[in-house]
Amino acid sequence: MPTYRKWFQPYVSPFDPCPPLGPVPYETPAQLYLGFQRPGMPQFSPFQSLSHGTLWPALYTPYTDPYRGKRRPA
Amino acid sequence: MWYYEKKLQYPVRVGTCNPKLAKFLIEQYGGSDGELAAALRYLNQRYTIPDQVIGLLNDIGTEEFAHLEMIATMVYKLTKDATPEELKEAGLGAHYVNHGKSLFYENAAGANFTASYIASKGDPITDLYEDIAAEEKARATYQWIINLSDDPMLNDGLNFLRQREIVHSQRFREAVEIIKEEQGKKKIF
Repeated sequence: MPTYRKWFQPYVSPFDPCPPLGPVPYETPAQLYLGFQRPGMPQFSPFQSLSHGTLWPALYTPYTDPYRGKRRPA
Repeated sequence: MWYYEKKLQYPVRVGTCNPKLAKFLIEQYGGSDGELAAALRYLNQRYTIPDQVIGLLNDIGTEEFAHLEMIATMVYKLTKDATPEELKEAGLGAHYVNHGKSLFYENAAGANFTASYIASKGDPITDLYEDIAAEEKARATYQWIINLSDDPMLNDGLNFLRQREIVHSQRFREAVEIIKEEQGKKKIF
């Protein structure tokens, strides 16, 4: 099972003008790993499909703000 | 031809009166990776793509118009009850002078929509790779808007639209596999 969010740490220079924000996130959603979809894969219920935006649990990759709750120390 | 269904693809709810979000959302309306650009790109490429994948471009291009309508609804809801002063505070003063409260195909920085946003090279692999890139760019744009928005009801609709970009990207990737397929051709390498 792949992870759908990765992080990398950019170089922090002692001469940077701003304090470092920490690791930088990037998204790697399900379509990067699925390949050609095979027949007969499990499906969400119709109601769940509508609210998720896809019929297929294998393609469902919800997103949340990775910066949520991240505050710079004042 | 098209049949019109008089409802949105997914219900649009906006929880807070924050016209500033309308300025961000307009990127997906008339921006380079927005829903209008997507719809026009795919529906135009249909004619010169191998026939196994014409239907895919037709279906996805049509769905992009349904997304365009959702974005329009969000922008309208966020601006319809704003005073000119509030629009100015939201960074929409120039928009108001030019367009009043009507929507316009422009990006978040106010640049007008242009046909040069849409690529059409006539080479099937090139065009499908362009389409995959367009879906990923639209997905990223939704992420950045969600990061800037603190309205959970609005974000629910944006998350739906982002998930659709993922599904479309998957289907375009499969389209590439279909048109490069060698099976059944009795080719010996």
